[in-house]
Amino acid sequence: MPANSSLRTRFERGLAAPICLTWELTYACNLACTHCLSSSGRRDPKELSTDEAKALIDEIAAMQIFYVNIGGGEPMIRRDFFELVEHAVRRQVGVKFSTNGTRIDERAAKRLASIDYLDIQISIDGADAATSDRIRGVGSYDAARRAMDHLKAANFGPFKISVVMTRDSIEQLDQFEALARFYGAELRLTRLRPSGRGVDVWEELHPTLEQNRRLYRWLLERPKVLTGDSFFHLSALGESLEGLNLCGAGRVVCLIDPVGEVYACPFVIHDEFKAGNVRDAGFAAVWTNSELFRSLREPGSAGACTSCGAYDACRGGCMAAKFFTGLEMTDPDPECVFGHGETALRAKRVNLRPTPSPDHSRRVPVTLSSR
Amino acid sequence: MPFADADTFDPRVAWQLNGQVSLREETFGALAYHHGTRRLVFLKSPELVALVRSLSDFDCANDALAAHVAVGEYDRYVAALATLGRSEILCARQ
Ligand code: SF4
Ligand code: SF4
Repeated sequence: MPANSSLRTRFERGLAAPICLTWELTYACNLACTHCLSSSGRRDPKELSTDEAKALIDEIAAMQIFYVNIGGGEPMIRRDFFELVEHAVRRQVGVKFSTNGTRIDERAAKRLASIDYLDIQISIDGADAATSDRIRGVGSYDAARRAMDHLKAANFGPFKISVVMTRDSIEQLDQFEALARFYGAELRLTRLRPSGRGVDVWEELHPTLEQNRRLYRWLLERPKVLTGDSFFHLSALGESLEGLNLCGAGRVVCLIDPVGEVYACPFVIHDEFKAGNVRDAGFAAVWTNSELFRSLREPGSAGACTSCGAYDACRGGCMAAKFFTGLEMTDPDPECVFGHGETALRAKRVNLRPTPSPDHSRRVPVTLSSR
Repeated sequence: MPFADADTFDPRVAWQLNGQVSLREETFGALAYHHGTRRLVFLKSPELVALVRSLSDFDCANDALAAHVAVGEYDRYVAALATLGRSEILCARQ
């Protein structure tokens, strides 16, 4: 749904409620992916209780937020996972949830298949075990494939296969497409941002300029591949990609974390982008009144991108990618297709990059036992 | 908007908002979400929202258009309704 520019301007000024609300149910995870955007691992003792979570779902329904993207951590680790999903669906709030698949056995697949308004995204980071496990840990690829097999056997319908584009996975685009076709699934590709633990691996794993250009052309030819508007910085190369093509942080996008903190987007879990907590006056109050969100909805300055002919398409790129690489909001995106981001990064090398504030990573390495 | 859309949309019959669709009003117009197809569609003006909401009060879309839309705007709004018909936001009413 390409938005025309006047509509985009309205979106940049913020909406009555988000279009894309991500809610991370728990920081607990049985994997330890090197690029985890939420630095997940250990459960936080202050995570929302079942009753609090249900009250939040009721508020989401009242705000007419039509669906929520549930993530984590691994959301299926929460014992009340199905209870919450079923509560949301009863309230007509659709659920799209991201999982590593390890908890989807035959029984879970059948239960998932019986729920309406439910989308599932299974994450892998390579089209083969060697590539994917390098990021997600040994055994994780096979576990994800078993989950896909179970969903297929349970006639779940078209689930989504979700892949973060790294320097390695980007070389396997056609294989991902074939895998999705094999399962009757939809393919979803998203951008690697230097968020969470991703800050440690971004430099070595983010795609090269040349790879990004290839990805752009590949996506242009395949408008059905989902991207969650991830790659709008590549629209600077010419024709716009599918999507709203704007940084939605605090405008049409936001994140509620497991302890109820509201951040401008899932990729900026940092004090600087914290708008408030749903435990105080509810989510609607944070969304509408937070000073941070209000300022994000003010017309921003194009800064160093002012003279760029592609600014209208690219809008200077992703706020999170800039912030966690140590760039200013007025700098070009670190992956600016014209290389201006790299120049800006070289000029700032001496600066300290901010680290994500809450870190729930485990202290010990994780091994995945296969069941 | 492409004119071909109008072929699939007959303004001489009665239309209504699909029962599976929720509308959320926004300053620019509204978001329409189809719970069946899980598609989100933008209604890009408050006038279009008012027109869409009024369809169920009229015996045909033409009457709703006559009540809400200036003559010079007719084609534009028929095309907009046709687009909404194609994405099943609207459905014909018996
Ligand atoms: S200079 Fe700025 S606006 Fe232009 S392509 Fe690079 S990041 Fe985008
Ligand atoms: S900060 Fe980046 S990831 Fe977050 S909404 Fe903006 S562009 Fe998207």
